[in-house]
Amino acid sequence: MNVHSGTVHGKERYRSGVMEYKRMGYWEPDYVPKDTDVIALFRVTPQEGVDPIEASAAVAGESSTATWTVVWTDRLTAAEKYRAKCYRVDPVPGSPGSYFAYIAYDLDLFEPGSIANLSASIIGNVFGFKPLKALRLEDMRFPVAYVKTFQGPATGIVVERERLDKFGRPLLGATVKPKLGLSGRNYGRVVFEALKGGLDFTKDDENINSQPFMHWRERFLYCMEAVNRAQAATGEVKGTYLNITAGTMEDMYERAEFAKELGSIVVMIDLVIGYTAIQSMSKWARRNDMILHLHRAGHSTYTRQKSHGVSFRVIAKWMRLAGVDHIHAGTVVGKLEGDPNTTRGYYDVCREDFNPMKLEHGLFFDQSWASLNKLMPVASGGIHAGQMHQLLDLLGEDVVLQFGGGTIGHPMGIAAGATANRVALEAMILARNEGRDYVHEGPEILAKAAQTCTPLKAALDVWKDVTFNYQSTDTPDFVPTALETV
Amino acid sequence: MKLTQGCFSYLPDLTDEQITSQVQYCLSNGWAVNIEFTDDPHPRNTYWEMWGLPMFDLQDAAGVMMELAECRRVYGDRYIRISGFDSSHGWESVRISFLVNRPPQEAEFELVRQEAAGRAIRYTTVRKPAAHAAQ
Repeated sequence: MNVHSGTVHGKERYRSGVMEYKRMGYWEPDYVPKDTDVIALFRVTPQEGVDPIEASAAVAGESSTATWTVVWTDRLTAAEKYRAKCYRVDPVPGSPGSYFAYIAYDLDLFEPGSIANLSASIIGNVFGFKPLKALRLEDMRFPVAYVKTFQGPATGIVVERERLDKFGRPLLGATVKPKLGLSGRNYGRVVFEALKGGLDFTKDDENINSQPFMHWRERFLYCMEAVNRAQAATGEVKGTYLNITAGTMEDMYERAEFAKELGSIVVMIDLVIGYTAIQSMSKWARRNDMILHLHRAGHSTYTRQKSHGVSFRVIAKWMRLAGVDHIHAGTVVGKLEGDPNTTRGYYDVCREDFNPMKLEHGLFFDQSWASLNKLMPVASGGIHAGQMHQLLDLLGEDVVLQFGGGTIGHPMGIAAGATANRVALEAMILARNEGRDYVHEGPEILAKAAQTCTPLKAALDVWKDVTFNYQSTDTPDFVPTALETV
Repeated sequence: MKLTQGCFSYLPDLTDEQITSQVQYCLSNGWAVNIEFTDDPHPRNTYWEMWGLPMFDLQDAAGVMMELAECRRVYGDRYIRISGFDSSHGWESVRISFLVNRPPQEAEFELVRQEAAGRAIRYTTVRKPAAHAAQ
């Protein structure tokens, strides 16, 4: 369907009135993207009767220079350079009526180092465009020249591990539960027990900020008492993600400074604070030797449905550029949405220095990260010790595994729950490194470790049959043969 | 107190056979293996004493195990750890680290609290003197 460009040139192009986007220079099937172009891949679902090429050209137009009618003021600019160019439109395999549109943008369209500017361009207004039934931003490719304008993760996986002195295994965490209602003093008790029992981190939940039952200073003070007590009791570095999300930047800075003053090694923000606030906190974290944890609060409102919104792989890429150190990226086996292949794609975006195109993982482009720090993915939500072999196999070693209910809900108490998780993890790493087929022998490896660890035995008994087997809504659409036409 | 630093401190102490397997895992990944020891296992003590240089270019774990035996003979009353170092781009850091020797009497830490302005507290983790630790 990639027929030749119908672009009109010269005087005709600028005659007043309405002209099809595909004739205005936004459909250029012969265009070869430059190494310095930003590329976006959209899933376009046109309204009935709308030509897919015209719909895709409209997306290119409305996300760059176009408006609904021809304007003569284009002629005061190097307009051809600034027009985004849709250069390829393919039907989505197995999804009639939807099309993958590849659109290239000149680097000059974007302010260096600003996710706000990037997103305002790419997703600023096209998503409400009437000729489209639905639109989804599936993936983006950033040129190295653009990647290098961003700070990237304030700390990164390597330096985080060096600071924590923890190598060779996933880190362990837990979100304090119940997530609302505990007083500062009781909240700190949960933190102390979990860290003393063997976790590396505990975590505030996304909606723990400063409420009548626990103002933020209370939480910070009691949590740091707990962290330091656990550190002295084990001889290990410990941390708790203090959520500094607040109503204004001034409040967030105040909370961050207090966390620093108390000696915290990590602070936390929610995705809902916005891209600019995230970049500000990343710079603050870099200046203050702080690990920056991001909870992806709210993302499922626009990432989950395949037909409309923004894929989480794009959000993950933006967040690596914006510079957070941790990002929740799915568990596959837990309670929240997560197709194994799609999730693998997110993890690769976070952790690799180069992502080769891999359609089966939802990665449509080669992406070089140009030595930008690696971002630690976090697996959280409905996981437990009995799944340790699957988690290690699916998610690898550089990940924070967060067992909230799986720690705090342990029948013998919070510290026992933490110990169960730590023993299960260490036993699995030991077996993997010994060359055992730990994925298949996982249950045996856990059972053997439980012989010398009563808390693990209790955990395996309580949660042995808990799984969340539901169909994923967000899976890659590709046919293996499509690879050859790329 | 059982010091829980390192990759395997929640498991029963590793046997020499198990240590050999882990060292072989490091070597098969192309990592240099390093033996370090200390009598100061404070959680912020990054630089333990090196038992010689990291062992680059080794094929067989037996070489490391001989060095470990020698290190234990001299410093058997201290903590000894083995680490695997990956020099590949993007890591250039330790990839695994685990304890392979503990002193007969483990270190104990206590928390010193300095009460500061408001309700803030400045925390310092300090080693308990041996006499106290024995209690």
